[in-house]
Amino acid sequence: MKLTPEEQAILEGQQGETMAKVMKTLVLYGDAFGAAEFVPVSGKGHLVTSFGLSVLQPVFDVMEELIAAGLKVEETFTVDPRPLDYENVPCSLLEKLIFSKMMYGAQQPYEAQLQKLGLKSDDSFSCTCYMEDLGNRPGKGDVLSWAESSAVVFANSVLGARCNRNSGIIELFGSLLGRVPEFDLLTDEGRKASWVVEIKTSKKPEAQLLGSAIGMKVMEAVPFIRGMEPYLGTELNDENESYLKDFGAATASNGAVGLYHIANLTPEAKELGESLLLPGAKVYVIDDAELQRVRKSYPNIWKKPDAQPKLCFIGCPHLSLAQLDAWEARFAEELRKQGKTKLALPTVFSAAPEVLEHFARENRTAYNRLFSYGIRLTSICPLMYMNNPLCSKKPVITNSNKLRTYTSARYFTDDEITRIAVKGGF
Amino acid sequence: MARTFKGRPVIAGELPPTPAVVSRQGVNTLASFQKSALMHKKTVICSDQNNPDIYNKELTGKALCLPQTIGSTTGGMVLFTVCSLGIAPAAMLFAEPIDSLAAAGVILSEVWAKDHIIAVDTLGAEFLEYVQDGMQVSVGADGVVTVA
Repeated sequence: MKLTPEEQAILEGQQGETMAKVMKTLVLYGDAFGAAEFVPVSGKGHLVTSFGLSVLQPVFDVMEELIAAGLKVEETFTVDPRPLDYENVPCSLLEKLIFSKMMYGAQQPYEAQLQKLGLKSDDSFSCTCYMEDLGNRPGKGDVLSWAESSAVVFANSVLGARCNRNSGIIELFGSLLGRVPEFDLLTDEGRKASWVVEIKTSKKPEAQLLGSAIGMKVMEAVPFIRGMEPYLGTELNDENESYLKDFGAATASNGAVGLYHIANLTPEAKELGESLLLPGAKVYVIDDAELQRVRKSYPNIWKKPDAQPKLCFIGCPHLSLAQLDAWEARFAEELRKQGKTKLALPTVFSAAPEVLEHFARENRTAYNRLFSYGIRLTSICPLMYMNNPLCSKKPVITNSNKLRTYTSARYFTDDEITRIAVKGGF
Repeated sequence: MARTFKGRPVIAGELPPTPAVVSRQGVNTLASFQKSALMHKKTVICSDQNNPDIYNKELTGKALCLPQTIGSTTGGMVLFTVCSLGIAPAAMLFAEPIDSLAAAGVILSEVWAKDHIIAVDTLGAEFLEYVQDGMQVSVGADGVVTVA
């Protein structure tokens, strides 16, 4: 990489040994991808590591070294969801013991480290930092130093910001330095599509299933998706942004997609159209049969494959305000159909603290109804909950393809999961 | 018969003949390493249910041959952690250009950990077609990988 005199001085240690190591890391990172230079970061940061897992001691040691060197992110940053909420998420005494003593024993000290390094606020724990309520929504063209695959793909695709799929720690280093190496999704060329995806389904595809199919097929490539206009329209709004949030999370976790374009909808696709396609782009046609094939490929790894579900998680990534409303209506209708007043299956909704506050404040009736149905509201990361070896043995169902990918939870569509949760089983 | 493949050393190093573990599909770092790391195991047994190529196979100290890594952006941090704990693969040998998460992991290990993970990329599709589980793989500092 070609460094400015100021960057070279940092590399040579003029801002201290630790900052020199931060710079060296980012220079090697840029060199690995042929970056020519650094570009300034223009938005707040977002970190993926929100959990004080004791096994991450090497990461905490790095954080401690940064703090000892007096380094701090001046623009502040948000971070992924907290791992624990004993009040709202079902948890036995033994599970709590494992969470507190064996797994997340370093949570409090780690959060103290985050605060010292520039955490935006004590509520800034969500994988959906880009939602209006959270105060970290970048604009088109902003250069970001973020991690969290679902947030990166949303910022790039739906908001038109520019961010690579950075790893944990690297994203913090970019925010500390205030600049990132310019390569891949930060460049015009890197944002072009090498896949065309043709949607030919008979109805609106389930977001999490469609994203899974595309992620598994294109892996890290940029797909340009045609045929969604009948289902998503041509203007972004709360409803289709929520769809794209879930869709993108599945593309990023089932594959490694960092950016997608949707014809006539996402900002760059609207502006640049099919000029975003690279010559010789490959074609992937998705119809009902293909979605069915993908769905059938998901293994059932429950300890007892024919068990009945014991817990349901909805909200990975965190639910939006529009989704909280929609799920309330969906469950109200299903309860009416089944002649019940409460869900039979313990069901947890996860959303950002600020979104839950907004929902409680602005839509108190729906908020109270959710409680009357027996639904629990939390802001934890369900994935972190499922990492507990005892919890991972539970038959858990979810509508999240990300949660399915990383845990033993089984995936069901929104309609299926609504029926199962109300009925209490299959 | 031994065959050699020339790649680009991302983190250069010399590896004596070491058993290969081969994934034909992208390796999901978090899903592969998290279970063993969380359980404080002395060796990593791959826990990624979605990757039949390496699921339930030992990764520690092996020459992990793969196209790229995929999945959560904790990936690089996970690699850095398992390297610092001494339970990482000895080398990661990529058929394709290295991805940003794996690059972060091996670079963080190189700069911030006492140990390191040798990484060579762009070895080509033929490398991944040729190498099989258990074959002995050695790596030169110039990025030449020998499979026997």
